[in-house]
Amino acid sequence: MFSRVFIANRAAVARRVVRACTHLGIESVAAYADIDRAAPHLAEASATARLPGYLAADTYLNGGKLIEMARQTGCDALHPGWGFLAENAAFARGTVEAGLGFIGPDPQWIERLGDKTRSRAVMAEAGFPVHRGSDVLDNLDVAIHAARNTGFPVLLKPVAGGGGIGMIRVDTEAELAGAFATARAQALHAFGDDRVYLETCLPKPRHIEFQVIGDGEMSIGVLERECSVQRRHQKVIEEAPAPGLDRTRLAEIEAAAASGLTGYDSLGTVETLYADGRFGFLEVNTRLQVEHGVTEEITGIDLVEAQIRIAAGAKLADALPCVPEPQGHAVQARIYAEDPRRMLPSTGHLTVYRPPRMTGVRVESGYAEGQWVTPYFDPLLAKVIGTGATREQAIGRTLVAVKAFDIRGLDTNQALLERTLGSEPFIAGRLHTGLLDDLL
Amino acid sequence: MARLEIESEVTGNVWKVEVQAGARVDAGDVLMILESMKMEIPVEAPEAGRVSELRVAEEDAVEEDQVIAILET
Repeated sequence: MFSRVFIANRAAVARRVVRACTHLGIESVAAYADIDRAAPHLAEASATARLPGYLAADTYLNGGKLIEMARQTGCDALHPGWGFLAENAAFARGTVEAGLGFIGPDPQWIERLGDKTRSRAVMAEAGFPVHRGSDVLDNLDVAIHAARNTGFPVLLKPVAGGGGIGMIRVDTEAELAGAFATARAQALHAFGDDRVYLETCLPKPRHIEFQVIGDGEMSIGVLERECSVQRRHQKVIEEAPAPGLDRTRLAEIEAAAASGLTGYDSLGTVETLYADGRFGFLEVNTRLQVEHGVTEEITGIDLVEAQIRIAAGAKLADALPCVPEPQGHAVQARIYAEDPRRMLPSTGHLTVYRPPRMTGVRVESGYAEGQWVTPYFDPLLAKVIGTGATREQAIGRTLVAVKAFDIRGLDTNQALLERTLGSEPFIAGRLHTGLLDDLL
Repeated sequence: MARLEIESEVTGNVWKVEVQAGARVDAGDVLMILESMKMEIPVEAPEAGRVSELRVAEEDAVEEDQVIAILET
């Protein structure tokens, strides 16, 4: 096992990893930018390491500096969290070459699966279902041909992308030239790679993803998560299990996900879109997911601890306490610093910040009262996870907790979460990725 | 002729300026794209007119309600 883990991230995930390290009986070193110096996990970690600068590029995206600090602080492993450098193969490789354990997959897996057209080919080869789509679009003529073959509407997507960033919907051939140029420019800006591809744009799909864990020899599925409630392709409410679907079919897709990731050596998530009774591959995330908590709540498995143990060389039989079986239901609501009327980011000073303490409710947050929420980083303030024997109880507990969470000093999306959790289509399980926009 | 002050709706920074000072624009044209909390926020011309002044450049930091451009309509 590792003795001291460097955490190259901030906020909720940094705090979550500190907790996992402490529980495993190993030390943690929390890296922080000045803007985060009041973050609560700094007091919970064994030690801290200051990152000079303000911008993400100078701090949590500064791979060379992070690796150097991990070594200087005597760490033998590094956890990348999610976002930032978590799916950057060069960073993972640099970590390993510096003699540190990378708490994630082998860098080769990040490369193979981070390229969206390549990952789709890998999964299709293993028998995983895919929707209609193209390979990399080299020029506009290729794009036009591919769009005609696929059928409008189509979605243009960055090959190096993820998380729904930089996608453009195209309804007609006339719009394609402009959209193709914009998509390439956006892909270059967001991911430093202007290659794009396209996929069929499904009407009202559900977003369902499958948690996989592998030890390099064997990979198994750890159930699915339903993540259809989204805004701008960003997940807002997630739950497990996915409601109203045939469990036999889900188990088949879960097995195909694990089979596609044979030889994989960490936590990974295979995302799918589900429409008209069919699943189709979306992307693989080679990291811990923001919504891992709902899976933990219904299985009793600590995914972060399992991830750390496997990175240290443990096999599945030792890293997992039990065979994953769903028990009860869990719902997660993400509280974002967001103006609820105009849907714009809201920055400011958290003058009051009081998370609820309630039965069946888990709150994951890297913020504390008195901290500033700045435009430099993403707007996620907290995740509220309600667990119950039934879906109804889990929804109720989440709703009550979101309502009771006292946050002042900036705007949040709490009212929208309350409205969604209490809405008829959500309660009835009629979920699709446009549900939240329909409720606005 | 009216002089409209275009304000930033968010605290963040300027990612892309899409027009040059002096440009004629239609209502709804994107003048610039701001970035805050990893989101891109387009700033559109509220009316047709001429961009008489750009008060910010790419990569500048902006505050909520800061005047970022002047539109003559």
